[in-house]
Amino acid sequence: MSGQIRRGIAANLPVAASVIAYGSVLGVLAAQKGVGWQQLLFMNLSIFAGSAQFVMVDMWNPPLPVAEIVAAVFIINFRYLLIGASLRSLFQGSSLGHKSAVMHLVADENWAVTMAADRKGGTTTYFLLGGGICLVLAWSFGTLLGHRMGAAIQNPEMFALDFAFLAVFTALAVSLWRGKSDILPWIGAALFSILGEHYLPGKWYVVTGGIGGALLALWDNPQRRKETEKEIST
Amino acid sequence: MNVAVAGVGVYLLIAAAALATYALRLGGLLLGDRLPTTGRFRTFMDALPGTILLSLVAPGVISSGIAGCVAATLTGVCAYKTGNVFVSMLLGMATVAAARYMS
Repeated sequence: MSGQIRRGIAANLPVAASVIAYGSVLGVLAAQKGVGWQQLLFMNLSIFAGSAQFVMVDMWNPPLPVAEIVAAVFIINFRYLLIGASLRSLFQGSSLGHKSAVMHLVADENWAVTMAADRKGGTTTYFLLGGGICLVLAWSFGTLLGHRMGAAIQNPEMFALDFAFLAVFTALAVSLWRGKSDILPWIGAALFSILGEHYLPGKWYVVTGGIGGALLALWDNPQRRKETEKEIST
Repeated sequence: MNVAVAGVGVYLLIAAAALATYALRLGGLLLGDRLPTTGRFRTFMDALPGTILLSLVAPGVISSGIAGCVAATLTGVCAYKTGNVFVSMLLGMATVAAARYMS
């Protein structure tokens, strides 16, 4: 058990380096928005989802739009439903307590590392947990470091810090590109989100774009059907 | 619903966001057997993570002007070629910073 935890920590060290870097950007933005370090740390430990935390900080303009923030976090983290479902076989035979404890520390990165290790010859939930421990430490270190630096930066526009959010998510979105079958859904998502932003209040354009685009994936076409079948069979 | 949130309220807001996130994490695992693994709903669900992230940025990129659009394109191409999110992000930020410096 502890051996697997240690192996999980070690396997996530390379990705932890970029988590620190990317976390420090969030920390700088949070400091600029007036989010306290204690609040930031509480976010890290309780939410522990980088993309959602970026969105929260981006929306952090008093008076805080509470319902919109929670809805946006829910939408952005919706993919965790898929991530959770994909871990079914790994957790086979585990108790509910064990499942409840380990799932809290599942993030995109340690999930991906664990899935890769699983394909290479099996792994355990403790390996996944070790990765989560590694990442939560790296994430907290990075964000708090950034928070300290952020308080000292006078003119964030000069460093294009206001563009950091868009740049991070553009890069993250591209990493989710699955190939030709995404062309139509992505064009739809861009179009529906831009229209939504124009005509709807708050961040609801994320919903119109996300769901509208994904619905276009259902547009039947033999090429796409072949790709989906291939994905399912692997 | 815009309310003045301060002190304990901020922590409650964060806790609510945390609860939503945790419910999805554990819910996915526990409901896993009931979620379809094939069919149209599955196709829709699989397309969702990408379209959500794209929707998050598309309006912002458009409203950040020509420099923002160029920077986002460079970021995207870099992420596609290298797979490195952090380097891609820096490239995008540097592009915007350079454009501002020159104007």
